[in-house]
Order: sequence, then structure tokens, then C-alpha cells
Amino acid sequence: MLHTRQSPNSSRIRFRLLADRSAKIMFGAAALFGIVIMGILLVRITSEGLSWLSLDFLTGRFSTTPERAGIMGAVLGTFWLLAVVVPVTMLVGIGSAVYLELYSKNGKIRTFIQTNIGNLAGVPSIVFGILGLTVFVRALGFGSVVLAGGLTLSLLILPIVIVSAQEALRSVPHQLGDASYALGASKWQTIQSVILPVALPSILTGAILALSRAIGETAPLVVLGIPALLIPFPGGILDRFTVLPMQIYYWTLDAALVADYAHLAAAASIVLLISLFLLNGSAIYLRNKYTIKA
Amino acid sequence: MTTLTNYRPATRLRVVAQTEAPAAIFTTEGLNVWYGDTHALKNIDLTIYENEVTAIIGPSGCGKSTYLKTLNRMVETDPAVRIDGTAKFKETDLLHATVERLRSEVGMVFQKPNPFPKSIYDNVAYGPKLHGIRKKAMLDDIVESSLKKAALWDEVKDRLSSSAFGLSGGQQQRLCIARSLAIEPSVLLMDEPTSALDPVSTNKVEELIGELKKDVSIVIVTHNMQQAARISDRTAFFLHGEVVEYGQTEAIFERPSSHLTDDYVNGRFG
Ligand SMILES: Nc1ncnc2c1ncn2[C@@H]1O[C@H](COP(=O)(O)OP(=O)(O)O)[C@@H](O)[C@H]1O
Ligand SMILES: [Mg+2]
Repeated sequence: MLHTRQSPNSSRIRFRLLADRSAKIMFGAAALFGIVIMGILLVRITSEGLSWLSLDFLTGRFSTTPERAGIMGAVLGTFWLLAVVVPVTMLVGIGSAVYLELYSKNGKIRTFIQTNIGNLAGVPSIVFGILGLTVFVRALGFGSVVLAGGLTLSLLILPIVIVSAQEALRSVPHQLGDASYALGASKWQTIQSVILPVALPSILTGAILALSRAIGETAPLVVLGIPALLIPFPGGILDRFTVLPMQIYYWTLDAALVADYAHLAAAASIVLLISLFLLNGSAIYLRNKYTIKA
Repeated sequence: MTTLTNYRPATRLRVVAQTEAPAAIFTTEGLNVWYGDTHALKNIDLTIYENEVTAIIGPSGCGKSTYLKTLNRMVETDPAVRIDGTAKFKETDLLHATVERLRSEVGMVFQKPNPFPKSIYDNVAYGPKLHGIRKKAMLDDIVESSLKKAALWDEVKDRLSSSAFGLSGGQQQRLCIARSLAIEPSVLLMDEPTSALDPVSTNKVEELIGELKKDVSIVIVTHNMQQAARISDRTAFFLHGEVVEYGQTEAIFERPSSHLTDDYVNGRFG
């Protein structure tokens, strides 16, 4: 570019400046689009649902009478679901990532597993629902209970948890591992007391983002036969349950029959969105707070 | 390698210069190391002596770090590495020893200070804890004495529980030395330990090495000729994966027998 042979062509320059300016406008519009949609969504659900949001709504049992309906059952359902999903995905997710990053040799088997995990991450969630229905609900005979739903959702998010945990482990400076090995530490001692603690905040960040996906899922649960409307509260992982997205889904469908259901759906959406924002916020907080230099 | 004609076996030199030989701490014979196809060390015969400071000098890429990392088997962290020949630590065949045990006797300090993202205290206590020391009082003692040996105690005694990352580069390097000393190794391998430090910190580390050699044998790789001349008792000059000359530091610097050594120590290449 330094050795331009012809004199600069002024119309071309003008064209380039124009292209530059329109690119800026286009990208700005694209970014704005997201914000506008978000705004419309928030305005719509708050205007429909905010006045229906009350302590009674949060702590109440499900009811077909809109004025008496509450979401506590669904909230407890999510709680028990997480009681299955969190330990399963953390143990299996971190375990697989540690194995793949720190133990397995760079061989064919590893490439095979890695490719598989990549593919699984792209499988539509409803397919995981079918898998869960076949294996957990029917073959293992759990029925449509928390355990079956939790294991299905665990499978759904595991690929994401594994890949993000692998990235977290990979980003631990190798000098730290070297320092530990040079002191006579075994591999497991090094992983346990140096590598995992350093990687943990990013592993958790990835896991929380994946969990927030699990919490918002509906499709696989529909396939598993999870009811949308359930009066008893679940008291453990072997109980039948429902979750907020399911309840929102049915309230929205039935709004044609009972108009107030639309308000309930909106109010429940506000609760769901706030929980997801809180989860994502905590993930960002973790990432910023504990990112280690060196 | 036509230029190696002037090479005379280092052993002869040593017989002249040294009347009573100290005990050997490392003996390598016919030691070869490959990284895949790269032949990094070629038939290294070298004896390193107890309670001395041995300097390894030579231009970049000549195999200094590889040699050092073979002595505590850290080379093996690269799966492509292949080692052949014999290497002994005192009387044990180190190439077939349990690495965890070998490394608790042979400590290492790296080029770039690499403290753990933990407190100053926990950095030093890390090694002793690994090797099974749990009693708080005992750990306290070890931390204090190691930091004293590394000439860092006075600077950090009031903030043992604060992060090691808050220390300056020179302090971090001395912390890494303290961390190595905490498991009472008989050897300390140092790979260009001052190359990332400012002159004042370098000076402190050099003084420290002079102090430490009473208790531990030190093998130090350095790029800095003056440093090798100042602090070492014996010097090995490596070139292209081979030892060109090895002997008393004074002899290497003042009466080198190979013109290659002469050229290198006088800065005519490197
Ligand atoms: N991990 C590695 N993989 C492949 N080649 C390496 C590796 N480490 C060092 N080498 C090669 O081995 C030779 C010796 O390297 P090294 O011991 O690091 O030299 P020095 O410390 O003297 O600079 C060099 O040619 C270098 O490129
Ligand atoms: Mg080196």
C-alpha cells in the first residue's frame, strides 16, 4: 500500500468512505435490533404480568382458577431438577474434561471422543427428550419424575459443560503445573491442588451458562411426559414434577379458553427471566472476579 | 563439526586442576535426548559435584535446558521426548527412579518466576504438604526457615497470607527458591533464574546462591558470562547438543583449551 503506482482515484476513495459509513450504520442497526426486541419483550410481559406478580403467586399452588394460581410447585420442580443436574453435570463434565485434557494422549480415540462431543452439542434438544423417554422413563422405569428429567437435561448440557471446562483447563498456564511437578507432586496432586482451583471459576462460568439453558428447556420435558399442570409439590427426585417453562407453555396455549391465563404466563415469564438474568449475571461476575493473570 | 578439533577431554583438565575430587552428585554417560527427530543432547558424559555451583553455558538452543530438565526428568512432560544412555543421581539410576521421589531430592527454579496463585505461606507450604506434613506448627517452622534461607523473610513476614502475585518479580523468584528449599532437596537446578529480573534482584539471587551452596548443590544455566564467572565453581560449555569443554570455572574463562570456548566466553559468538 505504501508504493501506490497510480495517483489515488478520488471517486474510489469516496466510494470507500461511503461503504465505511454504511457498514457502521448496518452494524449499528443490527445491534439495535437485539435491544429493541428485548425492549418489546420486556414491556410486553411486564405490562401483562407485573400486576399479577405477588407473594401469593410465588408461593401458591397450581390452580385452574387464575386468581388462586401460584407457581411454587414449578419453582420446587426446578429446584429438584437442579439437585440432579448440578451434581451429575459437574462430576461427569469436569471428570471428562480432566480426562480429555490431562490424561488422554493425543490419539485416535481422543479425536473420536472429541468429535462426538462436538456433534452431541449440536443435536436438537427434542432428540435428547426421545433418548430420555426411551432410556430413563421406560427402560429404567423411572417414569416421568425429576430423576428422569434431570438426567435427560444433564445429557443435553453435558457437551457444553465438557467443552467449556476443557477450555478452562487448557488456559491454565503450564508453568503452574510444572512448578508442582518439579516439587515432586504426582499428576493427581497437581490437578487437584493447582490446576483445578485455577480453572474452577471459568469451569463454573461455563457450567452456570449451561444450567441456565437447562432451566429454560421445554421440548425434551414435553417428550418425557412431564405434566404442565400439577397440584402436589414435588418433595424429592423420585416425585412427579413440572417446571416454569412448561407451565408458561400451557397457560399460553389455554389463554384462548381463559383470558387471564395470558397474565399468569407473563407473570411466570418475569420470574423465569429474572432467574436467568441472575444466573448469567453470577457467571459474568465469577469470570471477572476470579480470572487469574500470570 | 570440523571446528571441534581443538576439543580435549574435560576429565584431563580436572585432574590437573583438582587434587581431591568432591563426591559426585550427578553422573551422566552417553546421555542422548531427542524431541521427536530433534537430537537435542548427544552423548553427554558429565560429572557434577556435590556442594558446588556448576554453571552450564552455551548459545541458545544448544541443549542447556534439556540437560537440566533431564536431571529431574521434567523433560518427560513432553510426550515426544526419548532418552537414552545412563544418568545417575548419587548412586541411583535416575532415569528409572520414581520421579516423585527424585524430584523431592532435586528441586528446580524456572526462568520466569512461577508462584502459585495462592498466598505466600501456601506457596512455601505446598511442597511439604505434598509430602505428607500436616502439622501447622511444623509447617510454620518450615515456611519461616525456607523464607529465611531464600533471604525473603524480612520482606514478607508481615504478609504471609497475602497473594504471592503482589510481590515484585525478584521477590517472586526468591519465593520460588524458598518453595523449592522447603522440601530440603540436596540439589537445586536453576534455569536462567535471573534472566527475567532487574540488576538489583539479580544481585540478590546471586548472593543467595553463594549462601545456599553450603547446603545444596546447585546447577545453574545462564546466558550471562559474568554471572557464570562470578558464582560458579565449575562450568560446562555446551554447543549444538554436545559438551565442548568442562572444568574449573577459572580455567574455562582464563585458559580455555578449545578455541570455541574461548570465542564464546569472550563474546565472539553466541
Ligand atoms: N519441547 C520441545 N520440542 C521440540 N524441540 C525442542 C523442545 N525443547 C527444546 N527443543 C529443541 O532442542 C534443542 C535444545 O533446546 P534447549 O535445551 O531448550 O536449549 P537451550 O536451553 O540451550 O536454549 C533446540 O534445538 C530446541 O529447538
Ligand atoms: Mg533454555
